[in-house]
Amino acid sequence: MYGSTNLSEEDARRMNTTVEDPEKLEAFEARIARGEKIEPQDWMPVEYRKQLIRMIEQHAHSEIVGALPEGTWITRAPNFRRKLALIAKVQDEVGHGQLLYSAAETLGKTREEMMNDLLSGKSKYSNVFNYPANTWADIAVIGFLVDGAAIVNQTINSKGSYGPYCRALERICYEESFHLKQGHDNVVYLATGTKHQRAILQDAINRWYRPLLHFFGPPDVQSAHSEKLMKWKVKLASNDDMRNQFLDMYVPKILELDITFPDPNLKKNEDGIWEFSDPDWDEFKRVINGDGPCNAERIAVRKFAEEAGRWVRQALMNPSEKYQVPLA
Amino acid sequence: MSSLDPRVNRLDFKKATDGEVHTNSHLITWEVFHQDKRGKQAVHVGIVHASTPEMALILAKEQYARRGKTTNLWVAKTSDVYTFSTHDEDIFETTPEKTFRDPAFYKVRDRIEKFQNRNKVTI
Ligand SMILES: [Fe+2]
Ligand SMILES: [Fe+2]
Repeated sequence: MYGSTNLSEEDARRMNTTVEDPEKLEAFEARIARGEKIEPQDWMPVEYRKQLIRMIEQHAHSEIVGALPEGTWITRAPNFRRKLALIAKVQDEVGHGQLLYSAAETLGKTREEMMNDLLSGKSKYSNVFNYPANTWADIAVIGFLVDGAAIVNQTINSKGSYGPYCRALERICYEESFHLKQGHDNVVYLATGTKHQRAILQDAINRWYRPLLHFFGPPDVQSAHSEKLMKWKVKLASNDDMRNQFLDMYVPKILELDITFPDPNLKKNEDGIWEFSDPDWDEFKRVINGDGPCNAERIAVRKFAEEAGRWVRQALMNPSEKYQVPLA
Repeated sequence: MSSLDPRVNRLDFKKATDGEVHTNSHLITWEVFHQDKRGKQAVHVGIVHASTPEMALILAKEQYARRGKTTNLWVAKTSDVYTFSTHDEDIFETTPEKTFRDPAFYKVRDRIEKFQNRNKVTI
């Protein structure tokens, strides 16, 4: 759900009805089947372009909005080293947003259009960032587990078919490993610290458990499928597969610290599949449609930044310059 | 709005009512090239948007030189970069007749040995 590959009913229908030039389509699909990348100047199906823009743009917004809950704690970091690490991480996240906007731009949507769609609510961003960071322990949990979930998603997507997106993701994944490490370090310090430190960590895990299960999107049985997105290597793994991979990697790393998850049904079955209680998919839908604890604040802050910074951008602008789509 | 973030609570949201990016407010697109070590080639790494080359270099430094080693960065306006069309990829294919360009094509040992046998050359 970082950059969601879930299709709306309408998109799914169009996906199967849009007619493309059969010869070009065959060459395009053959290229992808050979494991080659698609570059911006290449011919591509209308729906391929459309779905990629939606997904990369959503991913970019997630990076930018994701910096907000963490940014909250920069001024209140518990010590100087943690403060430096958090500043570096937040700067990385904003940088990731920039890289991803560039990748989406190569498909023909300008950065300004994307910004407008974020501010108007037309474009979505990851649901997980509509929840607040109440204590310093939230920063630890976000750094370790939200970034951990993002890495699962981004590593898989970096094997996709669109060249500029893959290149951006490779850069991003390299930086994410630092986010994960410092997040783990932070979690371990709290877990092995005082009673109070353990208590705020447990409380943060309790609150982030369901949003983390929501992170990869609705269960496969509930989401509109597209064989084509798989064939075109836009979607590379199902929501359930990614979620399972995440649980498999990170649940043990929390349990070994004698911290628990607020779900008695969370366990791995004999087939290696993690089982868990229904994380309330209605809540997921409510929050994604605007009714989460922080949706209004996130957008208000972005709007404020947009308007307050406008005079600077306008002063810098050269009206004779025409917009240029990035090359790659 | 009451936020957990004291900085957010200090913002005067009443002053910001027009939260829309005005069209035609985009800056110039620059292609960025990164040179990690002295003596190595500069390699294309991505783009930035900026109003001037100086600003483009500053933003490129923030974006592409945060970690690892950097010796220099170059920026060039995207509009000044010319490329072949990707449809012309086949013009770069090497044909079998181009073996004369290939060092492995030049094999003389056999000829030398035959010559030496024929003329009883010893060294
Ligand atoms: Fe990121
Ligand atoms: Fe991250």
